[in-house]
Amino acid sequence: MLRELKEEIASGSAEEVISALLERVKRSRLNAYNVLAEESALARARKFDESPWDGRMAGIPIAIKDSISTRGIETTCSSWILRGYIPPYDAHVIERLKAEGVIILGKTNMDEFCMGTSTETSCFGPTRNPWDTERVPGGSSGGSAAAVAAGEAPCALGSDTGGSIRCPASFCGIVGMKPTYGLVSRYGLISYANSLEQIGPLASTVEDAALMLDVIAGHDPRDSTSAKTEGGYLDGLEDGVRGMVCGVPKEYLGEGLDSSVERSVWDAISVLEDLGASWREVSLPHTRYALAAYYIIAMSEASSNLARFDGLRYGLRIGTDKDWHTTFSEIRAAGFGPEVKRRILLGTYALSAGYYGRYYLKALKVRTLIKEDFLRAFQDVDVLVTPTMPFPAFRIGERIQDPLSLYMADVFTVPINLAGVPAISLPCGFAGGLPVGLQIVGDHFAEKTVFRVSRAYEDATPHHAARPQEVI
Amino acid sequence: MENEVIIGLEVHVQLNKLNSKLFCSCSTDYHDDDPNTHTCPVCLGLPGTLPMINKKAVEYAIRVALALGCVVQEETLFYRKNYYYPDLPKAFQITQYDYPLGLGGHMLIKGEDGERVVRINRVHMEEDPGRLVHAGTIDRAKYTMVDYNRCGMALLEVVTEPDLRSPKEARAFLDKLRSILDYLDVFDGDLEGAMRVDSNLSLVGGDRAEVKNISGHKGVEKALNYEITRQKNVRRRGMKVVQETRHYDELRGVTVSIRTKEEAHDYRYFPEPDLVPMRIADWVPRVQEELPELPDAKRDRFRTQYGITDDHAKSLTSEIKVANFYERVAGKAPPKLAAVWIADVLKGELNYRDLSIENFHEDQMVEILKMLELEAITEKGAVEVVRQILDEGGSPAEIVKARGLGKAEDDAVRVAVRAAVAECGPAVEDYRGGNEKAINFIVGQVMKKTRGRADPGEANRLVREAIEEL
Ligand SMILES: [Zn+2]
Repeated sequence: MLRELKEEIASGSAEEVISALLERVKRSRLNAYNVLAEESALARARKFDESPWDGRMAGIPIAIKDSISTRGIETTCSSWILRGYIPPYDAHVIERLKAEGVIILGKTNMDEFCMGTSTETSCFGPTRNPWDTERVPGGSSGGSAAAVAAGEAPCALGSDTGGSIRCPASFCGIVGMKPTYGLVSRYGLISYANSLEQIGPLASTVEDAALMLDVIAGHDPRDSTSAKTEGGYLDGLEDGVRGMVCGVPKEYLGEGLDSSVERSVWDAISVLEDLGASWREVSLPHTRYALAAYYIIAMSEASSNLARFDGLRYGLRIGTDKDWHTTFSEIRAAGFGPEVKRRILLGTYALSAGYYGRYYLKALKVRTLIKEDFLRAFQDVDVLVTPTMPFPAFRIGERIQDPLSLYMADVFTVPINLAGVPAISLPCGFAGGLPVGLQIVGDHFAEKTVFRVSRAYEDATPHHAARPQEVI
Repeated sequence: MENEVIIGLEVHVQLNKLNSKLFCSCSTDYHDDDPNTHTCPVCLGLPGTLPMINKKAVEYAIRVALALGCVVQEETLFYRKNYYYPDLPKAFQITQYDYPLGLGGHMLIKGEDGERVVRINRVHMEEDPGRLVHAGTIDRAKYTMVDYNRCGMALLEVVTEPDLRSPKEARAFLDKLRSILDYLDVFDGDLEGAMRVDSNLSLVGGDRAEVKNISGHKGVEKALNYEITRQKNVRRRGMKVVQETRHYDELRGVTVSIRTKEEAHDYRYFPEPDLVPMRIADWVPRVQEELPELPDAKRDRFRTQYGITDDHAKSLTSEIKVANFYERVAGKAPPKLAAVWIADVLKGELNYRDLSIENFHEDQMVEILKMLELEAITEKGAVEVVRQILDEGGSPAEIVKARGLGKAEDDAVRVAVRAAVAECGPAVEDYRGGNEKAINFIVGQVMKKTRGRADPGEANRLVREAIEEL
């Protein structure tokens, strides 16, 4: 898709393509974008038409999740507290994309500071699912996924802390990839939970996602957790799955899982079998502790990461200036939404003297056990195949008042972040007219294997080609 | 015995000789610049930025840890210390907390009764916060400004065991520490905020108070003496010293209690997820090998190699530049004489003018010492030469000549003048009678006696003087 689009733009007009997209976004009621970079996108498109530049993504429009810093474009993480903040620098991934010639369309909606599974906690209001506008697009990268699914952007970047790329990819019926922790530099990604999150692509096809990852991955000295890797994710994409072994973790199928989702996943396994792979059951015995460990680690880190937002240097400034403690307390009280406040409070509690060992340290120990589960499994299998989400997209407002049930929705995605391994979500069918996502998980830095399996599955099935009708 | 004092120190040392800050590439050379001109997204803690460790800073820290006899850990590990304050733009400080880079060292100082071993508990790294500038005094300021130039500077915290027994010993410890840091070339102690000290102090049998905000080595004696007096007075009144944190008010020279409520911090330490541990065990042997000769070793060597007194050796080795200066001079002039003139004279004159040793050239000192050795100049004259070089510049020879400080020549000319005046009675009378030209005859005699070495103009002046003195 991106390959064809690139040729179309090169032989036609970038300006026309960009204008058409901007028009589409403006008449849409999905609320996928927080900010449209209309002027700069059009100016860059005209420049491209005058004297086209080279690059692997030359002229291609892209939407960027609002958690990623973009020089000169307001970046708010969908939070009042960052309204008006215009970063003076580009995130590493933005530098990479610009170097390969992309044109940034705008910043997409998300759960406030990535804290959610539905894009309902945004200060800009919820994004709607293009397959059913009464339903959520998933989250937290819901704006990016909805935009790609609805043709409001050919591709987008998201970030994934506990499923924030894969969940909305699953709910919106597109491809979303969370890379191995350390593969993509986090420099410029506004931190929610540093030790868990990665930036990754949301796209219409596996090939597009692989191309995008190839562009954004690679070592960056500014991120000490960034790894030295080789890339080349488009190589061997079509080598097939013959002889590969797929593991099906027994803890991921069964209770609490929507029956049509379960059926779609077993259908997908059959497709892979038909293509020459075999499957076997594996066990990830510590899965049931994953959610608790995940939320303790994420909230603890968040409580520290979000402490810097005090309105003193940038972002929201309200009321008359009083003494320091009163002023920053009032700004934080007004600027953060209820879910963010809840997680800051819980994280602060978990890190407090006397509780640190009981919660945070214990969560880290659980994390090690979960990682070992995965390492053990990958001694016997090439990839793991699971559902991405236990159910398809739910209704807006259906779960937002019940945080625990929302947290439970992340049950298949958070163990992947705790283990730091790569995982993709692919469209694998429909349940009641709503897309279902298939999650393929690889060993650390085995992105190539994940893409190869995904591409083989995609080639053998029609699901990725299905598109929702335009929502006006 | 009852009032014996127990002191421990926590010394914050800014590694201000680094080119860049601890976690970003901002320059450290901000002291003469406007506020907030040495900042970047990282040290301003802008959303999305990550710390990138300055390896040179870690190497400097290893140098200090080794010089203080600490065991260096195999890897670096950092924590977040969380608290809200406007000088802390991330709302947490990155610090090594309970995984210090160096553990368990010691330092020898001159104590109240002989040599004292001060145990070093730990040496750890952390980042400096910014600086608050209050509009007026801290309690009455209408507003406060923040300068982030300092924010993110590499700090070392050196923590001693409570082994010091007097404010004077505390001062001696800090002086010695400064000297070692100077030798290691990691620290310029003259820059503002380069060294900041917190101290724990108690009288035997009593609770301890923590005295914070002592700026530098000079304030420590005053601050601690005040605190001792305060604690003794509390006891004298039959009350108990309470364990608390006190703030040293430098202007008033007193320590003030900071209410315990404000101090009830829970810093919620946890490992900094954005800095992966860095293995440094392999660096240690090289850094150890490259450690320079330290003050104690140099002092011993100076004593034996140059045969100088212990006091001179100590004075000459407290600053590395002075020590190097001495060694260069001692290679070209008598070492004992050099020690006296550098330690007792030059250092004093430099100190009086707040100048460093770089304002004096070794060849100038060698020249002066040569003149002294040949008795071509008096000691008083030599001091004058040193002073004039510092105040106005010039070479010793020129100064001696211009100011007539040369001892031998001066005496020879004066002897000749006196002789000539005595011998030329009639010419003296003629001169006194108003015949100006008579003086030329006498000067001619002086030139003859000095075999032309005297300066005719100078001789003329001296002859007139001699006649007037008759
Ligand atoms: Zn900086």
